[in-house]
Amino acid sequence: MDKINLDDVRRLLRECAGVDDAVDLDDDIAHREFTDLGYDSLAVLEVTARIQQEYGVKVPEDDAHLLTTPIKLVEFVNTRAVTA
Amino acid sequence: MTAGTATAAPVVTGVGIVAPNGLGTEAYWSATLAGRSGIGPLTRFDPGRYPSRLAGEVRDFDAAQQVPSRLAPQTDRWTHLGLAAAAMAIDDAGIEPAGLPEYEMAVVTASSSGGTEFGQREIERLWSRGPQFVGAYQSIAWFYAATTGQISIRHGMRGPCGVICSEQAGGLDAIGHARRLIRDNARLVVTGGTDASLCPYGLTAQLSTGRISERADPDRAYLPFDADACGYVPGEGGAILLLERAGAASGRQARGYGSVAGYAATFDPPPDSGGQPGLRRAAELALADAGVAPHDVDVVFADAAGVPELDRQEAAAITALFGARAVPVTAPKTMTGRLYGGGAALDAATALLAIHHSVIPPTTAVRQLADGCDLDLVLGEPRFQAVKCALVLARGWGGFNSALVLKAVDPTPDGGSDGQDQS
Repeated sequence: MDKINLDDVRRLLRECAGVDDAVDLDDDIAHREFTDLGYDSLAVLEVTARIQQEYGVKVPEDDAHLLTTPIKLVEFVNTRAVTA
Repeated sequence: MTAGTATAAPVVTGVGIVAPNGLGTEAYWSATLAGRSGIGPLTRFDPGRYPSRLAGEVRDFDAAQQVPSRLAPQTDRWTHLGLAAAAMAIDDAGIEPAGLPEYEMAVVTASSSGGTEFGQREIERLWSRGPQFVGAYQSIAWFYAATTGQISIRHGMRGPCGVICSEQAGGLDAIGHARRLIRDNARLVVTGGTDASLCPYGLTAQLSTGRISERADPDRAYLPFDADACGYVPGEGGAILLLERAGAASGRQARGYGSVAGYAATFDPPPDSGGQPGLRRAAELALADAGVAPHDVDVVFADAAGVPELDRQEAAAITALFGARAVPVTAPKTMTGRLYGGGAALDAATALLAIHHSVIPPTTAVRQLADGCDLDLVLGEPRFQAVKCALVLARGWGGFNSALVLKAVDPTPDGGSDGQDQS
């Protein structure tokens, strides 16, 4: 499959969980914590479920809580996508 | 705080309305006085295969405008409507929750259907595509307390929170419970209720009562107390109220729409027991609780089921308490349909507006009272008169009866009441 990038994460966040009024997702969000961007664990869970549906990459719950920033999520998914 | 302010009836200082015939208090009130109905063809899905195809829909509501972007995807439409109405009520009251003690602010709403539309969508995904396609927010969106919880989180209100589910009686029960919380030292309570179950799953559940009108003409489908009554039209929406401790309200010279002077709830006996319906007893108990006599009541907001037998029972209860045609009775819900968890809350809001503006809004569509409904029903045109005390009645499917007494707020000695000219 194609690798995902930060714009994919932006789209998934918007579609799954909306955007906090005080946040601009088009900023450089790569290394910002999801919690800092206004997303709780349910929001991240929703996004990882959609990644599995769209890209076929499963993000186990034990790993999900370590993926605290958009760039960590992208790197995890792309590593799995290559080895899958 | 003195003992006097703790026991004085709490005061409604903010009103937020999301109704089929008006979004916002001003739009709703002008439509209601003008007799403009929000009942029309159901458009939220294709109802072609259903026996009932009319509804009171909140048509102009745009969740993207009314609900924060983060909250909209994780909540049902009923919660969207509740969040919008709560924000209106808080704004109307002039309250800044961020500046108040968070544990002294409580939230109690009524819900009848929960997040039915959201739940249906996710259940469809479950059976058609599998568990992994069910959204994570299903876990928090569809249960009854979701609206209360989201209001509490959004406004930082961490006092006692709860939800009451007693179908159409729920709005009054929530307000009654809010009064209890104020007695237990809450400073303010966001209360009332909304509902939105105009989806196939929701409508199918409602049809099981056998009480929904199957008539196609929006002007003849919901005719409570009429000789031609044939059931009711379902609707969505409701009202949220900001209830404040009397001392807190007068202390900041807030506008008081009215006070919650009395409340009572009863339960019907088993259907075949031969016992009397409990509505009359609820009304008597609420009047006694408020310390008012029937002749003090200026208007009764009826439950107005639109089902002949239930209409006769309600008319009998009102007549037994007040005498035949002895008190004005109205049911503006003929313009919205029955809103379930939001219905009685909207009736209470409407009664408060009647008190505030000294006018009784009309009942529409009804032409000829049924035999056994010997009521002074306010028909067609509003009736301009002082309204110092209103009795609101509600019945919920399954045997719930509730009654609420609302009274005009006495001007405070220092002139804190602002009179009747603001809207």
